[in-house]
Amino acid sequence: MARLTLPCDEATIRNLKVGDFLELSGRMITGRDAAHHWLIHEYREEVASYLKDSVIYHVGPVVRKHDDGSYTFVAAGPTTSAREEPYQADVIGRYGLRGVIGKGGMGPKTLAGLKQHGAVYLHAIGGAAQVLARCIRKVETVFQLAEFGVPEALWVIQVEDFPVVVTMDSHGNSLHAEVEKDSRQVLDRLLGLSA
Amino acid sequence: MLTAEQWTEKFVEVIARASSQLPRDVVEALERGRAAEAQGSLAQKALDTVLRNIELSAGSWQPICQDTGTPLAWVHHPVGMSTRMLTGACEEAVRRATAKQLLRPNAVNTLTDRNTGNGSAPGIPTVHCEEWDEEHVEIHLMLKGGGCENVGAQYSLPNTKLKADRNLEGVKRCILDAIFQAQGKGCAPGIIGACFGGDRGSSFVESKRQLLRRLPDRNSIPELDRMEQEILAEANTLGIGPMGFGGKTTVLGVKIGWLGRLPASYFVSVSYMCWANRRAGARISAAGEVTWLD
Repeated sequence: MARLTLPCDEATIRNLKVGDFLELSGRMITGRDAAHHWLIHEYREEVASYLKDSVIYHVGPVVRKHDDGSYTFVAAGPTTSAREEPYQADVIGRYGLRGVIGKGGMGPKTLAGLKQHGAVYLHAIGGAAQVLARCIRKVETVFQLAEFGVPEALWVIQVEDFPVVVTMDSHGNSLHAEVEKDSRQVLDRLLGLSA
Repeated sequence: MLTAEQWTEKFVEVIARASSQLPRDVVEALERGRAAEAQGSLAQKALDTVLRNIELSAGSWQPICQDTGTPLAWVHHPVGMSTRMLTGACEEAVRRATAKQLLRPNAVNTLTDRNTGNGSAPGIPTVHCEEWDEEHVEIHLMLKGGGCENVGAQYSLPNTKLKADRNLEGVKRCILDAIFQAQGKGCAPGIIGACFGGDRGSSFVESKRQLLRRLPDRNSIPELDRMEQEILAEANTLGIGPMGFGGKTTVLGVKIGWLGRLPASYFVSVSYMCWANRRAGARISAAGEVTWLD
């Protein structure tokens, strides 16, 4: 399994191919539905440096707040990425993201964005909230907590050996598109629906 | 007889169990799936992570998945017991479990678009109460995540595109199509609950109730038992696999029920449950003694 340290440069990302296993270490930021709307509505200077050359993790964590005001992620697996399809490519381009972590894959607009800007889609294991929470070593800070609530806030986190699979690369390849095409053929045969 | 406060505490225990302890039959099905996948494949590695996650959450009593889902409860109670009290106790238990991080603050006020922060809102949790002749209470709780709920589907037969008529063959075609449409997005390998007949609302509720059945449970209606087995086998030839990475383990189980319908309507409702099939069942005696049923 290859290791990747965040932030990283475009050349490193261009070397990645569909099917590669990676362990990520370094700093990343979380964001899902509300965060993507917010990031697109106007340029958000306060979070821009956390997005540049790093990745955004589609997650709505369970978070514990300690007496000293610090936070720990109690459960933190990926959420479905498809909902960010209308916004993701623009967020990548505008903030210089190198990747997205989520589950379920994304569509053609994001795939084109990955190719154009030099970024990848990294699939984490859906539902593996305990395995992944244990890779999150530190919560540095949080944005929009009061406005969006715990699951939707933008959390800046430090991770170590966070396991992902490249399922969409920066060369136009998507494992999700492939599996859908192949399974469509099987379904059509099962139902006698040959196209 | 227990007080409302005591019932609330019992239901918190049920939530804690459902959120962190995956039922044995589901773990066994995942282990069989892992053994069937090719050595070193993406599918097998995905299931390795899933199985390790199940162990970690069980050991630490922490949520298996951060999306602790919609709590859906089916409660059977003795004659004369207040359903209003039981429903209230379930709702309060959800708020307490949320405060204890057994559940995520998972309820949004759709009108204001603000998270309520306490896990409850109109319609969350959903509690179905039914009176019976037994002396004890039985509760079956399911925590159903949003990712898998989003890939559920409802069909109205006939459906020309699927060549699905108003018969069992048509029902089967819809269920297979729903599994295909879901791909890996509902956190495959999933468990399928389906219902044909009913109105749009009752049909979906029955499809979810089917998900309370254990995986090895066989349908007592021979035609439906056959359909469940056939769909399970055929769905696993689709090649969608765990997480949609490709592979042999797409579906762990298929459970089908039916309801009466109007002559004009013929609905097929399909509920998809992620691999993290969080259900817990408990028999609670009048004295408060708990026997686990999952």
